[in-house]
Amino acid sequence: MKILNPDLKKTNTEQVHRNWTQTAAFLCLRLSLIVVFLILMVILYDITKKGIGVISWLFLTEAPRTGMTEGGIFPAIVGTFYVTLIATLVAVPLGIITAIYLNEYALQGRLNRLIRISLRNMAGVPSIVFGLFGVALFVQRMGFRPSLLAAGMTLGLLTLPVTVTAAEEALKAVPKSYREGGLALGATKWQMVKSLVLPPAVPGMLTGVILGLSRAAGETAPILFTGAAFFLPYLPDSPFSQFMALPYHLFILATQHHDISGVRPLAYGTAFVLLVLVFMLNLSAVLLRYRYRKQIKQF
Amino acid sequence: MTKSKLEKNPVLTESKGKLISLNALNESRQHEYTQKEIKTEKEVKVKVNDFSFYYSSKQALQNVNMDIAPNEVTALIGPSGCGKTTFLRTINRMNDLIPGTRLEGEVIVSGQNIYHPAVDVVELRRKVGLVFQQPNPFPKSIYENVAYGPKIHGKKKRTLLDEIVEESLQQAALWDEVKDRLKDSALSLSGGQQQRLCIARVLAVRPEIILMDEPTSALDPVATQRIEDLIRKLSSGYTIIIVTHNMQQAARISDFTAFFLLGELVECGKTAQIFTKPKDTRTEEYITGRFG
Amino acid sequence: MHNFKENAIKYFFMANGMLSIIILLGIFYLLLSRSLPALQNVGLTNFFAPGYWNPTAYTTPQYSILNLIKGTFMVGAGSLIFAVPLGVACATYLAEVAGAREREVLKPIIEILAGIPSVVLGFFGLVVVAPVIAELFGLNSGINALNGSILVGIMALPTIVSLAEDAISAVPQSYRHASLALGATKWQTILRITLPAALSGIIAASMLGMGRAVGETMTVLMATGNALAKPSSFFDSVRTLSANIAIEMGEVPVGSVHYHSLFFVGFVLFMITFIINLLADVIFQRYREEI
Ligand SMILES: Nc1ncnc2c1ncn2[C@@H]1O[C@H](COP(=O)(O)OP(=O)(O)OP(=O)(O)O)[C@@H](O)[C@H]1O
Ligand SMILES: [Mg+2]
Repeated sequence: MKILNPDLKKTNTEQVHRNWTQTAAFLCLRLSLIVVFLILMVILYDITKKGIGVISWLFLTEAPRTGMTEGGIFPAIVGTFYVTLIATLVAVPLGIITAIYLNEYALQGRLNRLIRISLRNMAGVPSIVFGLFGVALFVQRMGFRPSLLAAGMTLGLLTLPVTVTAAEEALKAVPKSYREGGLALGATKWQMVKSLVLPPAVPGMLTGVILGLSRAAGETAPILFTGAAFFLPYLPDSPFSQFMALPYHLFILATQHHDISGVRPLAYGTAFVLLVLVFMLNLSAVLLRYRYRKQIKQF
Repeated sequence: MTKSKLEKNPVLTESKGKLISLNALNESRQHEYTQKEIKTEKEVKVKVNDFSFYYSSKQALQNVNMDIAPNEVTALIGPSGCGKTTFLRTINRMNDLIPGTRLEGEVIVSGQNIYHPAVDVVELRRKVGLVFQQPNPFPKSIYENVAYGPKIHGKKKRTLLDEIVEESLQQAALWDEVKDRLKDSALSLSGGQQQRLCIARVLAVRPEIILMDEPTSALDPVATQRIEDLIRKLSSGYTIIIVTHNMQQAARISDFTAFFLLGELVECGKTAQIFTKPKDTRTEEYITGRFG
Repeated sequence: MHNFKENAIKYFFMANGMLSIIILLGIFYLLLSRSLPALQNVGLTNFFAPGYWNPTAYTTPQYSILNLIKGTFMVGAGSLIFAVPLGVACATYLAEVAGAREREVLKPIIEILAGIPSVVLGFFGLVVVAPVIAELFGLNSGINALNGSILVGIMALPTIVSLAEDAISAVPQSYRHASLALGATKWQTILRITLPAALSGIIAASMLGMGRAVGETMTVLMATGNALAKPSSFFDSVRTLSANIAIEMGEVPVGSVHYHSLFFVGFVLFMITFIINLLADVIFQRYREEI
């Protein structure tokens, strides 16, 4: 008994010590998330606080006036809308078809691996490099000049990996039994994909589309030289017009304007609008995904 | 004649030194059986020659030789993992879908080697339908589920489709239960109804052979009973190959039984013979429950 | 008949699927071919000779990108110094400690952070972080490499967190159980078993974060000051490769040596990020297979 006792005591202190270490460690880990949360909050708080006051009906519906020191951001909103639309028209069909190919046709093999590596690498290509690519290919080689079309297509290619990933996730969520059931009845691959795989995957794909949209809407570097304009007194009237865009407008108001401190409120207002736009897109994607997951579970 | 067949309990008679399965209540059937000693090529619906099958690293079937008679029910039995599903799925080439598989030998369906490069897999699967272990209706209406096959095979006319749907559901003994709710989602049916729907879905394609992989394993006894009745009924018009773990079920519904063990076909013959006088001791041990 | 149609569809899809390969090759080809005139005029060695980037100098234009590369890696490394520990800690918490419910609440934080456009972050750095840095360190201006590092770190954080979380979650449950069954605490298991097992995945995640940081344009453009002088500390204003392109591309005469040199800068940037990403990718995939 006497010999055992000290040992027992030692185990106990060791245990206490261990538990204490664990508590402290987990606290640190949790703290790191709190730090990230605080960073996020500071950013959102600052921009909201100083930006929300600027927002008015006129700010959203008027063009900039008197050397962009007054007025609103309407042309930039319109421009961002158009350029995002074009990007979507490019990225969605390409992304979905690529996803179908990867997930339904070339399930394995060298080509599949190569495409996947390319996509992952494409996701890592700096956006400014995409900008250069857009200049070389769309603006010059294809002769689009700086325009909505050139910028939109550049953005479309940039968001391709996002769209493919999301579309693939949606395809993966479709039960294998649908595919087997269809094939066992003598459906051809395409009949099977078209009638059994795509319909249930559509909501999920929509999520991907929206995520791609929000990425495209917020990008600046790829449109710097492919079509975004410093200031335009008119709205774009064709895909070959130049355009103003929210992110670029913010960049100009923040760094390139002759009266930077004077237009600071306008810059805040623009930043706020851009944030709200991107978050609304993201939020709708999240909600859609959430509803869709629930639906899938019911099957 | 099919009706009387349902009143199972095969009586066993010795005839010309061979055990054959008979239905005591059905003389014509008895006659048919004696006639149907599978001998000529013509009377073999599916002929499997020296067939071996490999998943990427593992051999699942070893040198299988087997003849399957037309318009009969053949049951595949054997312990779990012995290759029954693998064998079943080679007959309509569903195993093609698994990457990295390899095979040797040939499988001849209606006189044609289905693994010949010129064979159209889609065409083959139309002829050889498959009912899965888990009922897997599509997330469509009951009607659309049954009409799916005919539609993809080019039947577009509404009246014709209506006809096929009704007939198939009748055959699958589901019509009376669903005729007023054809537009409802197939997912709203009970498990047993779903499985009969899947059978109807296969019947709508008018296949020659129907493969069934433990079609009743997910069902309760009543639903199982209905499916078994259905299988007996269908056997007059279709060649049915069914995997089952249930020895009684094999005895009740099948005309022929094949016993698999570790990827080998140990024994294949008339159901009555397999269950009463198996030739191989391994079959006997399995049937009497000594292993598996 | 249907065979023909099926094949046509399949090959159409295949051609489409190969687009990503084509784009990647296209980027490589176009950037390289556009920089050839500059390489001929300036010479490859002069791009990497000691000196400055000053293509518009009145007397002798200089094309050295050494300072730009240095600036790029300063910002990149600086951002990782805090983004990697913070990111891995977050990932560990999310993967190992947080319950399902908690994770559902916490993950959106990371996702929202990832959604903030880089130009907004740059703006934030310019108007909020810069004055704070100036105040804290008694500098004239807080627009410098430190500011850029902080913001780019925030930018790279979501990438690091989500990939590191993937890597940690991929560690087989049996490892953890074995350790717990020997009487180790959860924390001991994480520290001694799970994290070491996930190490190469975490390294890959950090490298991908590095790729992000090196390629980031708008935030560094707005927050680092873009000076061309040789940077010697994090309190100096620096210019990165990406910012250099963004600043000059808009004003340069098309077809000039300067213009083509900017494409060469783009090519160098592309190659750096490509190599980093590819390496990270190889490590990550290998890790996945091992686990
Ligand atoms: N997709 C696959 N990849 C690799 N091996 C497989 C695959 N499917 C089956 N096998 C293996 O092949 C062997 C035969 O499997 P199979 O599914 O045919 O058995 P089974 O007789 O149907 O078993 P059960 O009665 O459990 O359904 C098993 O050892 C199994 O592990
Ligand atoms: Mg099986």
